[in-house]
Amino acid sequence: MTAAFPLVLNGVKVRRMGKTVLGPVDLTLSANGTTIIVGPNGSGKTTLLRVMHGIERIRAGGVVWENDDPARHAFVFQTPIMLRRSVTENLTYPLMLLKTPKDQIDMAVDHWLERIGLESSRGTQATRLSGGERQKLAIARALIRKPDVLFLDEPSANLDGHATREIEALLHEAANAGTRLVMATHDMGQARRLANDVVFLLNGSVHEYGLAEELFSTPSTLELIAFLRGDIVS
Amino acid sequence: MNRTLVILLTVFCAQVSIADVMRIAVTTSFENSGLADVLLPEIKHDLDLDVQLLVVGTGQALRLGEAGDVDAILVHSKAAEEAFVAAGHGTHRREIMYNDFVVVGPKSDGADVGAASNAADALSRIVAADRAPFVSRGDDSGTHKAELAIWTLAGVDIADLGLRYQSVGAGMGAALNTAVGLDAYVFSDRASWLNFGNKGELVLLYQGDPVLFNQYAYLPINPSKNSHIRNDLAIQLEDWLTSQKASTLIDDYQIAGEKLFTFNASLP
Amino acid sequence: MELWEISLRSLRVTLTALLIASIIAIPLGTYLAVQRFRYRRFVISIINALMGLPPVVVGLVIYIMLSRSGPFGVLNLLFTPTAMIIAQVIIITPVIASIAHQSMRELWAEYHDLLISLNTSKWQRILTLIHDGRRNLLTASLAGFGRAIGEVGAIMIVGGNIDHVSRVLTTAIALETGKGDFVLAMGLGFVLIGISILVNLAIHTLTRTEREGRW
Repeated sequence: MTAAFPLVLNGVKVRRMGKTVLGPVDLTLSANGTTIIVGPNGSGKTTLLRVMHGIERIRAGGVVWENDDPARHAFVFQTPIMLRRSVTENLTYPLMLLKTPKDQIDMAVDHWLERIGLESSRGTQATRLSGGERQKLAIARALIRKPDVLFLDEPSANLDGHATREIEALLHEAANAGTRLVMATHDMGQARRLANDVVFLLNGSVHEYGLAEELFSTPSTLELIAFLRGDIVS
Repeated sequence: MNRTLVILLTVFCAQVSIADVMRIAVTTSFENSGLADVLLPEIKHDLDLDVQLLVVGTGQALRLGEAGDVDAILVHSKAAEEAFVAAGHGTHRREIMYNDFVVVGPKSDGADVGAASNAADALSRIVAADRAPFVSRGDDSGTHKAELAIWTLAGVDIADLGLRYQSVGAGMGAALNTAVGLDAYVFSDRASWLNFGNKGELVLLYQGDPVLFNQYAYLPINPSKNSHIRNDLAIQLEDWLTSQKASTLIDDYQIAGEKLFTFNASLP
Repeated sequence: MELWEISLRSLRVTLTALLIASIIAIPLGTYLAVQRFRYRRFVISIINALMGLPPVVVGLVIYIMLSRSGPFGVLNLLFTPTAMIIAQVIIITPVIASIAHQSMRELWAEYHDLLISLNTSKWQRILTLIHDGRRNLLTASLAGFGRAIGEVGAIMIVGGNIDHVSRVLTTAIALETGKGDFVLAMGLGFVLIGISILVNLAIHTLTRTEREGRW
């Protein structure tokens, strides 16, 4: 399943409107665990995630998967994108794209509706859900295809504590089931709770990268020290 | 529900008729007379012929004939008709009947057109009085050409009249509507006037000058133009239109107790 | 002049034109929203400009083409309802395409990241947009219907307003007005308005409103 990794980024650069917003980035992600990307706002976390997922145009360098099958990735956006359909139809959509047989679809949908607690909202228009419910639905929709890798862009950024806890529980389960998670967050507590390895981004480049325990206990750069302390770093 | 569907479907689908079909371009003045509503059913009954009428101005009728889009035309503009035949668009010209033109105007008749001695005099009086304007069809139709001929007889150059002369570029009904709206004088064929439903303050003021004679002629289109032209049907219809039966129908036709047309087709 | 016959013919001509025009315009508008290609902006401008085509000019051009002395004269289509349908299709397709394109563009902006992330094919994207945006597409079609049912210039020229053959509500109104029979013309006018309202109501009822949350 995770034979897609290691993922290697080679000198990757992204430019927007004449400015280099990311890069050059050299990074190798290993096969296991949960990678958390941290850094101040505007440091390029979203861009880095999109580059890895393959939905961002790269100006220079390359993204090399060990075994690339874009259908095996999934992405959860910071503001969840809901299809203008019912909750159920949002869940069935990715499976229909894959031409999954109907009985399998029904089973998967039932499972996930229960898991995210939206069974009673089967027929509700997804656009009418609360923020937390939408994000849970987005995650369920991403996981329903059993992807190898799940990218998440600050999934609980706009949510309250209760919703955040539910989402972290979902992610925890997914990680335990073997799904490789790569997630950006500015919630340092969340980073500590979930990370195996951490990427610290500053001004579009990788300032530090390493195992979570090491980075959090013994940060090597001044900027990371300041960042972990809660200072504003630029 | 099913029966309604079937009925709807039947009506929706193209109507295929077993009768012969021909198209004639006729002038709006002819249509306005209402004579077609009398003749067409009789034609259908006697010849099993569906005549489709395209009601257009004389100019457009001649152009449709030239393009070969119709099988025959019925117009009332002798000079144009003779040129049409000479150019080879029509096979020949057959006179069928005539009606006449009249001068219509406001009841108050400030120009005293009612006392005119002839048609040219009537129009001159309108110009001289310079009170109410004059509305013209201005559409190159038979009626329009007849009107222009009278102005020439009266020695008036309409270009000199300015706003006193309102050219609408439309059919008889539209021109009459405009005349009513402007309380103006207007040159009309008798049939259109009698049939017109919106007379307002206008009345018939002058009639009777032989120069106001309006001859209708039937012209079959030259079949060599294209393979769709039904010249056979055009000849059939011509024979019917010049028959004893047609002559009776035409002479007996009246609007509000007044006879409109006089049959004058000659035997071939 | 049978009112029933004329009204049915009006509906038949306009609804047929609407169907054909929608089949062309909706996929076209959607495709232009999702596919980037070199002259895309140019094509969109052309379609928007074509909305301003004066219908009577369209009628004149089609008459010249369909005339027996014209290039397509052999088809013998002049002065038939088919010619009228052709004219109306040409007139309303840009209208529907332009409005459809506008809503599909907005919907695509909303769905863009998600559909690309889900690795959808171009065709799947078009189908998804059309399906989820169907309410706005229906509005686009209705705009086309409105334009067509009230049109009189083009269909007068190519149809010829022949009694029992190509006479419809609008051309009948023109005829009766020209004869000075305003009462009859107004009566026909009310029928026309009535049909227009009925069609709009029927479509909206059939597809249910936003309030019910099904859209």
